[in-house]
Amino acid sequence: MLKVEDLRVYYRSLRGDVQALDGVSFSLADKEIMGLVGESGCGKSTLGKSLIRLDGRMRHVGGSAELDGETLPIADDARMNEFRFRKVSVIPQYAMSALNPTRRIGRMVRELVESRGIRFPTVRAELDRRLALVGLDQDVLERFPIELSGGMKQRMVMVISTLLNPSLLIADEVTSALDVSTQKAVATALAGFRDHDLVRSMIVITHDVSLVYQIADTIMVMYAGKLAEKAATDVIVSRPKHPYTQLLISALPEVGVRYDGKRLVGIPGSPPSLRPAPTGCRFRDRCPLAFDKCAEQPPFVEVEPGHSVACWKAS
Amino acid sequence: MLKLEGVSKTYKVGAFARQDLAAVRDVSFELRPGEVVSLIGESGSGKSTIGRMILRLTSTTSGTITFGGKDIATLRRGALRDYYREAQGVFQDPFSTYNPVFKADRVLTMIRQSYFPDVGDADWRTRVREALAAVSLNPDLVLDKYPHQLSGGQLQRLLIARALLLDIKLLVADEVISMLDASTRIDVLNLLADLKERGLAVLFITHDLSLGNYLADQTVILRRGSIVERGATAEVFGDPTHPYTRTLLSSVPRLGERWTDTELEHGPCRYHQLHPDGTDPAGPALAAVGDDHFVACFALGEDRKCGQP
Amino acid sequence: MSEVDGSAPEPAAVPGVATVHGTGVRREALYFALRNRKLVGGLAVVVAFLLAAIVGPWFVTEDPLTYVGPPAAGPSGSYWLGTTTFGQDVWAQFLYGLRATFFVGSVAALIAGVIGMVVGFTAGYRGGLVDEVLNMITNVVLVLPVLAVLMIIAAYLEVRSIEVQAVIIGLFSWPWVARAVRAQTLSLRSREFVDLARLSGLPVRRIIFREIAPNMASYLFMVFILLFGGSVLFAATLDFIGLGPTDGISLGLMLNHAKQWSAMNLGLWWWFIPPGLGITVIVGSLYIMNVGLDEVFNPKLREM
Repeated sequence: MLKVEDLRVYYRSLRGDVQALDGVSFSLADKEIMGLVGESGCGKSTLGKSLIRLDGRMRHVGGSAELDGETLPIADDARMNEFRFRKVSVIPQYAMSALNPTRRIGRMVRELVESRGIRFPTVRAELDRRLALVGLDQDVLERFPIELSGGMKQRMVMVISTLLNPSLLIADEVTSALDVSTQKAVATALAGFRDHDLVRSMIVITHDVSLVYQIADTIMVMYAGKLAEKAATDVIVSRPKHPYTQLLISALPEVGVRYDGKRLVGIPGSPPSLRPAPTGCRFRDRCPLAFDKCAEQPPFVEVEPGHSVACWKAS
Repeated sequence: MLKLEGVSKTYKVGAFARQDLAAVRDVSFELRPGEVVSLIGESGSGKSTIGRMILRLTSTTSGTITFGGKDIATLRRGALRDYYREAQGVFQDPFSTYNPVFKADRVLTMIRQSYFPDVGDADWRTRVREALAAVSLNPDLVLDKYPHQLSGGQLQRLLIARALLLDIKLLVADEVISMLDASTRIDVLNLLADLKERGLAVLFITHDLSLGNYLADQTVILRRGSIVERGATAEVFGDPTHPYTRTLLSSVPRLGERWTDTELEHGPCRYHQLHPDGTDPAGPALAAVGDDHFVACFALGEDRKCGQP
Repeated sequence: MSEVDGSAPEPAAVPGVATVHGTGVRREALYFALRNRKLVGGLAVVVAFLLAAIVGPWFVTEDPLTYVGPPAAGPSGSYWLGTTTFGQDVWAQFLYGLRATFFVGSVAALIAGVIGMVVGFTAGYRGGLVDEVLNMITNVVLVLPVLAVLMIIAAYLEVRSIEVQAVIIGLFSWPWVARAVRAQTLSLRSREFVDLARLSGLPVRRIIFREIAPNMASYLFMVFILLFGGSVLFAATLDFIGLGPTDGISLGLMLNHAKQWSAMNLGLWWWFIPPGLGITVIVGSLYIMNVGLDEVFNPKLREM
């Protein structure tokens, strides 16, 4: 159970702060896989990262995160250390290149586990079981990272990240660099972790709505540093309430759709600069439904059970 | 108009260049005016290499590429420049296609310097405005700006406008929208469809099957440098025959339809049994299975679809 | 999870934070350059010496080698840095020596920079056989025992001027520039904007100098500074061991003379300390400047 309250994270830059994450509140139930989607620059990766570590240019401005009733010290890098890997784990975007090329994978896993004060033999049996779960052979442990394909490396990192059964797993664009067929295997393996109770809940960050549709229970849509909409997967895809979600879903070409049969349209304009962010609804300039009231920031409120939207027209 | 015949590309690898790595093997297809051909393949399938060979950015090892009946490998200096007057490319990463040190509209100025040194300023401005209008860009918003001040979609459209300044007949679009956001990529796709209506031939290189299908008249599916299936888009997508095409199609995430375990429904395919890793250099030849539908599969001669018992 | 998430990518997604190019880069570089104490300090020292080298000689005697004062006198009001065993003005020698040092440094750096860039750009851009041949030449020059070659040259050239010395140093210090430029060109060549320039029908020369080189401007600037410092040091070494110019004066030659006439044993510290200190300070400032420049151009090294 994750509860995030009014989280604000800014990036420092020469020309003022970039308000990358501005007042984000949501909760994640046990056993929930939440897809976090949005365009580049919308703050989805920042949200994922801010729950595990803040890098040098990220500044925690306000808000809190609570995991299983315990407050995560997200502003304190040193105190976060005991939560990382044990309670919260992340699979970063370029996880494949995060593997040290000069070490055999088995040795790397051993060093990592022992650096957390856990004796390797005690987890060895579990490691083998999980490798089998994601469809990897045991002898990958004897190999060097370069000998593994992209999909294999990605699955290996998944196994390592979840070895201590973290309560929350954050997967940041883990499939975007993979081929279509590998993508399916990796995404399915990800869902398998939840099904086998190896992680309690999961945030899958991606730009690909169709992909999270396959594995997520709920989808949360972000736009320009704010939450736009969160609802069950099927609801988001078939009955979205936020105009941004509606336009986004209708702009996706599907297998079988052709331009001469059904010409799709994109969303005109581009997201606003977040340095500083404009006042009012941030989608206002591109929104076909915008009216006077949109000069005021709409709150992110529940309009139906389990369906929250930040739009004046929706509530 | 553009014709590839038995085109192959082999790279020498290893310390003393003794090993050969075939990036493209014996690829043949044709592109007619006003036609979009989508070249679909995963990473390492050789799809980008084919695009680069067509644009003469990479040489071919064997086979010929002809454009309007002329072998493009023989073009030198002036003739090559004239070829680029008619054949242009747009690439995957809009930010790396622009020289970060200069303003974005420099790509248009380069065209003027190379091809239209005699055109007057006023005349040139009109031409630029027309080209920008054709890609629905507002000149005031994109001219005199640095690449980082523009969005990926604007940059890609500016590159297409650059090509329109020339008298192009062929556009090679290599993964042009894979780096764009969902809300803007469809506009670039529609733009390519409009170019086709103007009589241009477009080679649309992509790894995304749904995108290829949206636009293309002809579809070519590549795997490890060879064509495994090609034909009219409706045929290839409507009746995918090669097991690889079918795996690809079943792996594409779609909205409103969840993944199913297709591998379990069918037994192991003969193609994969014989060539589990596809290392057989020759492979099966392309054979016709319909009016405009060709497949390279071992199971074909036996009068049944791959995967069926 | 420190090991796995340690390389989390830059948040390039945030507009303006990670992607600043063009004027942005220039303005930002200037911003950091003016605030970089290493760069500003180093530059101030080098400029001060440079001014002394340019204007200084006008205020002292015309020929620093003439015997003007009492022999082996310590620093005084009329001879600021004292005189040599023969009564030459050390201060005048120092100013003329500075001039020679800057001359040798810049001419040698220019020669080496041009050769290195031409070879590096050509090898990196053309590739193939051209690359292999140029690479071979580079490696041959790189492993040549320069000192041995210079001794041979010294034996053949009876009269060696400072100009000749500058040219010789320039001709021997380009290989590392060629290698570095080649490596950079190789990586830039595969960028898509180079493909686009080719598709625009631009000739190779234009692509190299108008497309590739501007992207390495900051790097080439640093190369020149390193070459300059290296050449100054190399010239001093040659002068000191007696392979320097046979006429004129330089900081290295001053050291050489001081050693030859046992200035150290005789306690004439004003004869050898100024040139030694001068070389050390100039070269040291150049390297500190280089570190500062590195910080300006490479955001990762910047102190926030």
